[in-house]
Amino acid sequence: MLGVLASIIDGVLVGLVYGLAAMGLTLIWGVMDVINLTHGTMIVAGMFGLYGLATALGAPPYLALPPVLIGGFLAGVALYWVAVHRMVGRPPLMSLLSTFSINLMLVGIGTGIWGTALFNVDVSLPGISMGRYTFPGAHILAAILAAVIAASLYVFLHRTRLGKAVRAVADNREAAELVGIPTTRVLAITVGCGVALAAVSGMLIGTLFPFTILSGDGYQLKSFVVTVLGGFGNPLGALMGGVALGLLEGAITPFVPVSWTLVIEFVLFVLVLIAFPGGVFSRRGAM
Amino acid sequence: MSLLRLTRRPFFWIIALVIAIFVLVPWLGNDVQLRESLLLAALYITLASNLNLMLGYAGYINFGSIVFFGLGGYICVWLVNSYNWPLSASLLTAGVGVSALALFFGLGILRLRGAFFALSTIGIVEAVQAFAENFTPWGGSAGVYLSSSIFAPLGGPARALWVLYFMMVGVMGLSLYLSYAIKSSKFGLGLLAIGQNEDAAAILGVPTPLYKAMVYSASAFLPAIAGGLYFFKSAFIQPSDAFDLSLSTEALVVAMLGGQGTVTGVALGAYLYEELRGYLLTSQTFSNFQLVIAGALLLLIVLFFPGGLMGFIYSRFPRTQKVLE
Repeated sequence: MLGVLASIIDGVLVGLVYGLAAMGLTLIWGVMDVINLTHGTMIVAGMFGLYGLATALGAPPYLALPPVLIGGFLAGVALYWVAVHRMVGRPPLMSLLSTFSINLMLVGIGTGIWGTALFNVDVSLPGISMGRYTFPGAHILAAILAAVIAASLYVFLHRTRLGKAVRAVADNREAAELVGIPTTRVLAITVGCGVALAAVSGMLIGTLFPFTILSGDGYQLKSFVVTVLGGFGNPLGALMGGVALGLLEGAITPFVPVSWTLVIEFVLFVLVLIAFPGGVFSRRGAM
Repeated sequence: MSLLRLTRRPFFWIIALVIAIFVLVPWLGNDVQLRESLLLAALYITLASNLNLMLGYAGYINFGSIVFFGLGGYICVWLVNSYNWPLSASLLTAGVGVSALALFFGLGILRLRGAFFALSTIGIVEAVQAFAENFTPWGGSAGVYLSSSIFAPLGGPARALWVLYFMMVGVMGLSLYLSYAIKSSKFGLGLLAIGQNEDAAAILGVPTPLYKAMVYSASAFLPAIAGGLYFFKSAFIQPSDAFDLSLSTEALVVAMLGGQGTVTGVALGAYLYEELRGYLLTSQTFSNFQLVIAGALLLLIVLFFPGGLMGFIYSRFPRTQKVLE
């Protein structure tokens, strides 16, 4: 019984990081109705950023956070201008295809360079013991960092002028343009923030688990499940959705083979979409 | 429109001509290399045309069309290997079985609209692949090997390859006729209405959930048979080949390249893409970057030529719209 409890607590710690990843997805989705299918690959890009800085250059792993954040933001702005700008306002299926094609190119380049070998970043931090069970220090620190970054996003969206502009554009782009908000620039910055969140969460996941260039698909699916649980375009809901997913993963891991986890999560995704089309934790005007 | 009336349209005979060329040219020349290249082209045309039923007609993106192909392959190989079923019966069972599964699941997941459906199709690939990897009769992640004696009923390996090629061309022809028949039917009209505006279609009396599930199921039948043929031919199947995501991606690229919603365009796009791919794979520089090329191609089409090849041809030569579907 204690084992299950420990597994659940660990699941919640990891779930906070999933929630952070999903915040990046849902931010873009909520503001411009664009589903970013490069999301999984951007998570992997964060992992490889960590690998490059920590293992190849020998820097302490957590020092990789600022460069990954900035790199993710720049990649997001570039993504906006290449694939998203012309798609805003067109049917959502078109942006799905355009971001999908960018994703193909990134995955193609990645597999061309690194192959599909397994990479691992060693993080040795003292854990916290609870009876016979020890929670790895990396899990705890990743959860704390995820919570801090999520809180800063909340402060950004609600307390700064630029953040308020992002919410205004999400609410009504034309009205925002009328009151003098440079909406195109705001959209570009939003995609930048969304991708930066994906990359940073990827970097944090990279401190927890080994990864390959193709790991993105699984994490992207998790982000979708979390987004659906939390309600679309609702960053705070996404964080709660992440915790819920982590709770679930922690609860089923002791009983179910690992390869079935994604299947169960996918079934959950469809069931939630059918039962609660607005998301489980959603409330009106959450942005 | 009844089948008999379809034969009076010129387009019916254009398809027949294409099939005849596919059959006769490699056979009369006894050209094995051309046959292998055309076999892949026929496979691409089959996958893309059936994907087009969802994408071009109903406006639903299916990122997981490869599931039909892979499952069909698995069912067929499994029946041949474990139960010694004849090929024809295994293929038919694969087609009907996968189609029935698609109808069953389609009624559920097609309650999701637009983008949500597209997302759930990504999940379906993961789910089915996980199933194949864990299902012991299918050999887990090691897969299933067929012994070379399976080719005996078809008259030995050399002759069997020709027979399988002709069957694949047959499946391609059926795909083209299916696309054409659906497009010129009331069912197809309903699908096009869904693609334009699903709410309006529902209000006008189109039974949208049923139609969507039906087209999803219809688009599963021939790819499943093609999968059966393909993996019977290679006498080996494993999850990473059967559910190779790049194949369903390429089917999407092909359908967009040719022009979604058109029968000719998709076939043309598939043929051109297969030729391009053959060229890229043999070149040293590009063989590792096949996905990059596919992605770049798709991006250019989506950004600048959403109508694809046929959109271009239609706008330059408006009269072709009367003949080419």
